[in-house]
Amino acid sequence: MKTNSPRSMQLFVFILLALGITGLALGGYLTPLSRVFLNPLVSAQSWLAKRYQAVQSLITQPEDITSLRQRNSELEAENSSLQVQIVALQNQVTESELLATLVDYERKHVENQYTAASVIARDTSPFMHYVIIDRGSDDGLRKGMPVITQQGLVGSIAAVTAGAARVQLINDPGSSVNVILQKSGEEAVLNGQITGEITLDMISQNASVQPGDLVMTSGLGGKYPANLLVGQVLTVRNEASALFQTASVQPAVDFSQLDIVLIITNFQPVDISPLIPSPGTP
Amino acid sequence: MRNLVGLILFGILAIIQSTIVSRMPLLNGTADLILLFIIAWALQDRVDTVWQWCLIGGVFASLYSALPLGVYLGAYFICAGIARLLKRRIWKAPFLAMLATTFICTLVVLLISLAARLLTGVNIPIISSLNLIILPSLLLNLILAFPIFSIMHDMAGWLYPEELKV
Repeated sequence: MKTNSPRSMQLFVFILLALGITGLALGGYLTPLSRVFLNPLVSAQSWLAKRYQAVQSLITQPEDITSLRQRNSELEAENSSLQVQIVALQNQVTESELLATLVDYERKHVENQYTAASVIARDTSPFMHYVIIDRGSDDGLRKGMPVITQQGLVGSIAAVTAGAARVQLINDPGSSVNVILQKSGEEAVLNGQITGEITLDMISQNASVQPGDLVMTSGLGGKYPANLLVGQVLTVRNEASALFQTASVQPAVDFSQLDIVLIITNFQPVDISPLIPSPGTP
Repeated sequence: MRNLVGLILFGILAIIQSTIVSRMPLLNGTADLILLFIIAWALQDRVDTVWQWCLIGGVFASLYSALPLGVYLGAYFICAGIARLLKRRIWKAPFLAMLATTFICTLVVLLISLAARLLTGVNIPIISSLNLIILPSLLLNLILAFPIFSIMHDMAGWLYPEELKV
């Protein structure tokens, strides 16, 4: 017993210290300290993410070369100079090309201001579809800002630190986006699923929805700007006994290959939650 | 010194977990390196820093996850407790203890995470979660359990050298 007493005392003091630190952190007193602690962590994270992407591209390279050689042989007869150009282009699917596409997107959509960021980590829990990007409040990012790529909508910023931010993807089960079907003009709600898929709910029974219809953000609710491409309708489920139709959507963005994203910094999301009546309110 | 080693180890593990392991899912499940290292550490003899390492691991896991702060911390503390309990029961076969602990603790962590999401109002189908997340994650953790146990066994020998009796 005598030998155990100082150990349990030590453990008690340790737990007290841990609770104290947690309390200080929740009160925001440790922000400068956490900044000192988090910045090297973010740098290390960026470094490892870049190395990992390099290794991944090195592993997938042989497949590209095979397909390129096949294509080259087909094009050889047509144009030898074009063949060389294609080889060069296909072999250089690099970060700079991606950035160029993003810049191009920026030029086409001048109404918005963008900040580019690299995806440096994914959520450690398989139940959460979140990513961490290497830009934070120091770069002007705020909670709620929409995140996109040149292909379409990615999600919105859920939390921000000085040098990094956490983005909730639209395929997270907790995410819902107000959308509009471009062809019919019908409004619906897009929800994420645990499988990483996205589905359309609350489509009126009278609405005509066809596979291939484009799904865009409607701007309703004030969470996302209007007319951002979300995806394409894959299949439609229409049960006679159900109140609404549902549909599965092929997202425009490949969430497993997210490397660089754009954050729309001049969009101010509107919090309409105080306007939604709670069940107890008359 | 030992806690410093834990701090560095779990820092590196959290980075690897969020950068590499989470990008390599089996269906929708992923391995949990931090959990495996915590339970492998808790199953070692002479080790007296289990709770401290558990706290460090929990804080790092929470840092990288959008789950509420207490979820990983609580789940890892429960898992460390289970591992210590099983160590006393199955002390003659440490590898068997590691397998049993990995099985139980993976379920504990994932079910607590699932419960946390359900409590925050997110609608998640239980059967899909079981088929697509829980079972694949369990399989990945069981595959990684043996190598991680060996690593932690060596580390325990380094940090807690056995006293020679003359």
